[in-house]
Amino acid sequence: MSFSNSGNTGGETVIPSSDSPSLNGVTAAIDFDEPQKSYSLLPKQNSEVPGELLEVAMGPHHPSTHGVFRMDVVLDGERIVKLKPVFGYLHRNHEKIAEGTSYLGSIPYTDRLDYLCSMSNNWGYALTVEKLSGFQVPERAEYIRVIMAELTRLVNHICLVGFLMQDMGAMGTPLMYAFREREKILDLFEAASGARMMCNYLRFGGVRCDLPKGWLDEARKVVENFPRFLDEFEALLSGNEILIARAQGVGVLGKELAVNAGITGPMLRACGVNYDIRKVDKYGIYDRFDFRVPLGEHGDVFDRYMVRVLEMRESLKILKAALRDIPEGLIVDAKAKSRGLRPKVGEAYGRIEGPKGELGFYLISDGSANPYRYRVRPPSLINLTILEDMCLGLTIADAVIILGSVDIVLGEVDR
Amino acid sequence: MIPTLEQIKARIEQSVPGARLEIIPNGSPANQPSLLVSNEHAVDVAKFLRDDSELRLDYASNATGIDWLEKVVKEKVKVKRMVEGVEKELEETVEKKTPAYLEAVYHLYSMSLKHGPIVLRLRTENRTDKTHLPSLTPIWRSCEFQEREIFDLYGIIFDGHPDLRRILMWDAFKDFPMRRDYVAPDDYEYEPTPHDAVLEKAKCHFPIVETPEVKP
Amino acid sequence: MLGTGLIKGMAQTAKNFVGSYQGPERLVTVQYPEERLAPKENARNFPFLVFDGDDAQKGLRCVACQICEKECPPKCIYINKSKDKKPDYIGKPQFYPATFDIDISVCMSCQICVEVCPFDAIKMDKVFELSTTDRFEALLLHKTELAKPNEYFQELHPTEAAEIDTRFAEEKLKAEAKAKADAEAKAKAAAIAAAPKPEPAPVDGSIPTPVAPKTI
Repeated sequence: MSFSNSGNTGGETVIPSSDSPSLNGVTAAIDFDEPQKSYSLLPKQNSEVPGELLEVAMGPHHPSTHGVFRMDVVLDGERIVKLKPVFGYLHRNHEKIAEGTSYLGSIPYTDRLDYLCSMSNNWGYALTVEKLSGFQVPERAEYIRVIMAELTRLVNHICLVGFLMQDMGAMGTPLMYAFREREKILDLFEAASGARMMCNYLRFGGVRCDLPKGWLDEARKVVENFPRFLDEFEALLSGNEILIARAQGVGVLGKELAVNAGITGPMLRACGVNYDIRKVDKYGIYDRFDFRVPLGEHGDVFDRYMVRVLEMRESLKILKAALRDIPEGLIVDAKAKSRGLRPKVGEAYGRIEGPKGELGFYLISDGSANPYRYRVRPPSLINLTILEDMCLGLTIADAVIILGSVDIVLGEVDR
Repeated sequence: MIPTLEQIKARIEQSVPGARLEIIPNGSPANQPSLLVSNEHAVDVAKFLRDDSELRLDYASNATGIDWLEKVVKEKVKVKRMVEGVEKELEETVEKKTPAYLEAVYHLYSMSLKHGPIVLRLRTENRTDKTHLPSLTPIWRSCEFQEREIFDLYGIIFDGHPDLRRILMWDAFKDFPMRRDYVAPDDYEYEPTPHDAVLEKAKCHFPIVETPEVKP
Repeated sequence: MLGTGLIKGMAQTAKNFVGSYQGPERLVTVQYPEERLAPKENARNFPFLVFDGDDAQKGLRCVACQICEKECPPKCIYINKSKDKKPDYIGKPQFYPATFDIDISVCMSCQICVEVCPFDAIKMDKVFELSTTDRFEALLLHKTELAKPNEYFQELHPTEAAEIDTRFAEEKLKAEAKAKADAEAKAKAAAIAAAPKPEPAPVDGSIPTPVAPKTI
C-alpha cells in the first residue's frame, strides 16, 4: 500500500483558504500576493567595474557549512561583495513543540538544540525552570552540573578547533586527534547518563541519577591526561606557519560592533570584551572556582582559535577543583518536582555561558502543565548576525574559515 | 548597582517627554518585572537606555514575540444595589475581556557595567491588522535576526527594520506558525504508521494508489 | 625560522602514528563487527517490558496505567488497557495492557518512560543492531517482542535490578504477612461468630478453612 503524494511534490504548499480562522485577517496587514521584498543580492552593475558579478549559493549541501546552512554570496572575481545567510533548512519548530509538551518532556528536546553540548543545554533549561518555580539545587548536584558543563565545553571547543582546521584544509589529522579525545569524554557521559550525545541528564532541582561507582576516578584520569593532549595539539597547530598565514588578520570584528550585535561567548572574548556569564551571573557554584577569562586582542580568526584553546585550559582547572571537592549527598532536591510540574503564573529568563555563547531560555507559565511560551536564545544564530561584516572584501576561502570560527551548530541556529 | 525599575521609569519619563510607561509585575520567584513602553517612544526610550551613563544597556540579549489571545478575566467587584428597599453592598463577578495583542519582549543587559536584565515590552494594538511595532534594530543590532524571526513566526511588522524577510520559514509560506491559534495545514507527507488517526487522516488526504505487490 | 612550525607539527603526527600501535591512549577505537566493547551499565537504547516468572504475558509488571504513554515526549507508546484483571506478582488483581506497542522509529531514547513508571515495568534495552528493510511494521514493537524476562534485565543493569528485586521481595513478604494476618483475623472473627452456637466443635479436629480475604 502506498499513498500518492502528488499534491506535494512541486514544492507547492497547500495554502489555507483566506477565510481560515488561523489567518485571522492578517492578510489585511500583509499582502502575501504582492511580490515580497526584492531578494536579489546582485547590486546594480557598476559600469566602471570590468567583468561581471557572480552569485553563488554556498550550501545547504556544502561541506564547509557545518550542516545545512546556506550563504548566498556575491563575488567579484574571488572577492566577496555581498553575503546573506539563509536559514531554516533544519527548522523543526522546537518552540512550538515545547508549548505542547510538559516541562519535563522538553528536556530531551533541548539535547537536540546544540547536539554537541547537550549537557549545557539541559542546564540552561533546568536553570530557567528553577528560576521560574523557585527550586533549590543540592550541593552534589551543583558539582555534577559544573563537571558536566565543563566537560561539554572541552568537547565543543576541541571539535570546533578540529573542524576549523578541516576548513583550512588540514584534512582529517587534527580533527581525528580531537575526536579521539572527545571519545574519552563521551564515554564518561555514557557511563553517567546512558547516552553519548543526547544525555538528557539534568532534572529540575538536580540531576537524574547519581554517578556510577568509579566514575569520578575515570573522570580524574581523563582530566589529568587532557593537558598532555592539548600540549601536543598546540605543538601541532599554534605555531604552524600555514595556520598563522590563514588565520591572522582575517575576519576582524571590532569591539563596539560585537557588543552591539549581541555576540557572546569565545567570539566576543576574542574581540577583547571581558564578559563571561560564569563570572557575571555566578550561576550555579561558579563563584567557588578560581579561573581566568582568556581575552583576545584583535578579534580575528586566530584569536578565536587561541581563546578557545586557552578556555579549555581554564576549564581543566575548574574540573580539577570540582572533581577534588565534590561532596556526597543528595542529587535531587526533595522539594523539586519534575513530573506534572505547574509553576506559578509568571515568567523567567535564565541564561548560562554555553560553549558557543550565551544560551538563554525564556519561559512564561500560565499556571498549566505546559509552558505558555518557551523561547531559546540561540547563541549560534545571533553570532551569525555579523557574518557579512566580517567577510566583506575577503576571498571565498576566507569566508569558509570565518564561518568555521563562528562555531555554529545548525540544530541550534534553526531550532 | 543598577537602579530599581521604578527609578528607571522615572528617569525615562524625565528624559523622554511624553513616553508612557507601565511596570508589569511578574508573579514568579524569578522576580523579573518588565517595563511596557508606548510604541511611538520606544526607539527614544531604547536609545536612552543604551546611552545613559548609569544604565549603559548596550547589549540586547534576547528579543522574542508572544501571542496573547483574548482572555476573559473574572473579577469580583463590590456594587451598591437596592435590595428590598435597603441599600446593600453586594459582590458581583464581572467578566472582563482583555484584548488580544502581540507582544515583543527584549531582555537588556549591560556588558560594560555587567548588570541586567531589564525587560522591555512592546505591544501591538491587536493581532489582526494593526501589528506594527517600531524596530529596535537600529539601536541594538543583535535584534536583527531575532526581529526577523518574530516577524516570521508571529507576524509583527517591525517598522524601520533594514531587512524584514522570513527567516526560518520559506519565502512563499503564508501564515505565522507560532501563533496560538495556528492550524497546521494538512499538506505534509504522512508516513503510514500502523496506528491511529494519522493513517486515517493520511488516507483521506492522499488517495490510495494500488501498487502491484512485489514478491521476492 | 620559517618552517619550524611545520616540522614540529610533523614530529607530533609521527609521534601519534607510532603511539597508536602502543596503547589505548592514542587508539580508542576497535574493529567493530569482530571486536566489541562491553556496553556501559547505564547505556540505553530503546525500552522493553520486564516480566517475572516464565510466562511472558502473565508475568508482565505493566498494569497499563498509561503514565508513560502520557509522558512520552514524542508520543511513541500506544497502550490499550484490558477489560479484566489478572493477578500481579504479589497476587493482587491488576489490569494489564491488552496492546502495548512502541514505535521505535519515533522513540528518541530519552528514558522518561522509565523514570515515570511507578511499577518498574519498563526499562531500557542496550540492543543497537536493529536495522531492518521495512521502515514501518518492523520498527513497531508489539507486546510480545517487548517482553523480556527479569533475568535479562538483571544482566543489563545489575545494580538497578538488584535494588528493585530486593524491594519487590520485601513488598511481597509484607503482602504475604498482611494476607496471613488478615486471614487469621477473619478466622478468629468467624470463630467468635461461631462460638455462641451450641453445636459441638467438630470432633475430627479439622481446622476451619480460612476465608480468603476479599481485598488486600
